[in-house]
Amino acid sequence: MSGKPKLHYCNARGRMESIRWLLAAAGVEFEEEFIETKEDLEKLRNDGVLLFQQVPMVEIDGMKMVQTRAILSYIAAKYNLYGKDLKERAWIDMYVEGTTDLMGMIMYLPFQPADTKEKNLALIIERATTRYFPVYEKALKDHGHDYLVGNKLSWADIHLLEAILMTEECKPDILSAFPLLQAFKGRICNVPTIKKFLQPGSQRKPPTDEKFVAVVRKIFNI
Amino acid sequence: MSGKPRLTYLNGRGRMEPVRWLLAAAGVEFEEIFLETREQYEKLIKDGVLLFQQVPMVEIDGMKMVQTRAILSYIAAKYNLYGKDLKERAWIDMYVEGTTDLMGMIMYLPFQPADTKEKNLALIIERATTRYFPVYEKALKDHGHDYLVGNKLSWADIHLLEAILMTEECKPDILSAFPLLQAFKGRICNVPTIKKFLQPGSQRKPPTDEKFVAVVRKIFNI
Repeated sequence: MSGKPKLHYCNARGRMESIRWLLAAAGVEFEEEFIETKEDLEKLRNDGVLLFQQVPMVEIDGMKMVQTRAILSYIAAKYNLYGKDLKERAWIDMYVEGTTDLMGMIMYLPFQPADTKEKNLALIIERATTRYFPVYEKALKDHGHDYLVGNKLSWADIHLLEAILMTEECKPDILSAFPLLQAFKGRICNVPTIKKFLQPGSQRKPPTDEKFVAVVRKIFNI
Repeated sequence: MSGKPRLTYLNGRGRMEPVRWLLAAAGVEFEEIFLETREQYEKLIKDGVLLFQQVPMVEIDGMKMVQTRAILSYIAAKYNLYGKDLKERAWIDMYVEGTTDLMGMIMYLPFQPADTKEKNLALIIERATTRYFPVYEKALKDHGHDYLVGNKLSWADIHLLEAILMTEECKPDILSAFPLLQAFKGRICNVPTIKKFLQPGSQRKPPTDEKFVAVVRKIFNI
């Protein structure tokens, strides 16, 4: 056993991508085992290693952790990316829940019926530019610091960067009205561990394509 | 200002009910403001008090907290219902995410099209009895303690009790195959703060009915 966290998921972004981002940003090397067929998932279930029969599952510190938020909270706390006290943690949690909601909309987009895609994409863009990004732009403006919470890099910053890049894949100029977020993006992309994760050859996964949708449907019977 | 937390939501369970449970179980008195019209909701948005233009919102310790999970995590930590260390918190988070998924299915049931209700109800019962309750039954069996984590009452226990009662409303004998959960239910119902919350006249809200569905649709335009 290598001691490194081991991620169990499909070879794609899905619900595991935020975990890859956080571990990478924290400078933590990790291994991955990819589920490629329905049989792979059945085997994990039959082996009793998936608490609620679901993935993501991350083997870390002797635990087989499931449930994305639980995993992310554990990693954030362990690697000091969760603020210095309860109130900073509250703000990080609020910010992360917002970016989770936004990225959730984008994650589901390829699975929606083809005739609803245009409408759903328009909703994503509207929500990004009127509900979510204004909040983070204002947070940065109000305190004038480089990071969202506590003047220090936290899970909230890493998650926001992931959300920005994912939304730019939907609309490249999505940050045009948000100068502070543009500067933020530049800064956080240059954090050495994150810069490394953004380079080709890292464990970052590409945008979800038709092929992955078909694999997911097959493996999870949906 | 009374210093008590103040909850802003509709006069119904919805996403605020676990917050009411947790505060009540922690012995914390709280006030409630009920949204009854769309105009009230729009005024809150215009006043800028809803970070992402959504409720639940809880005024607590000088913050206007939004996002149910962020609110619950803050309350749990503040009132020592979140375990004694990082690993206990990880287990509490995993267990709570499971009961959140189960209660989420039940929460959406009244909003589903009428012709899908029977199928969705059957799925809830299947998931409860094959995916979720076996996990908690096994946890209690494996360590033989009265509570899920750390031999001490935590958020996980309170959330599980709420989920049990909610699922029993779907099928009264849902715990028939889970003797330890039956005993657990009896024990946790008798925790003095929880016993009080379960009595008529408390701030616990009744099951969602057609009337509440109509109010939700009206206020949120869905």
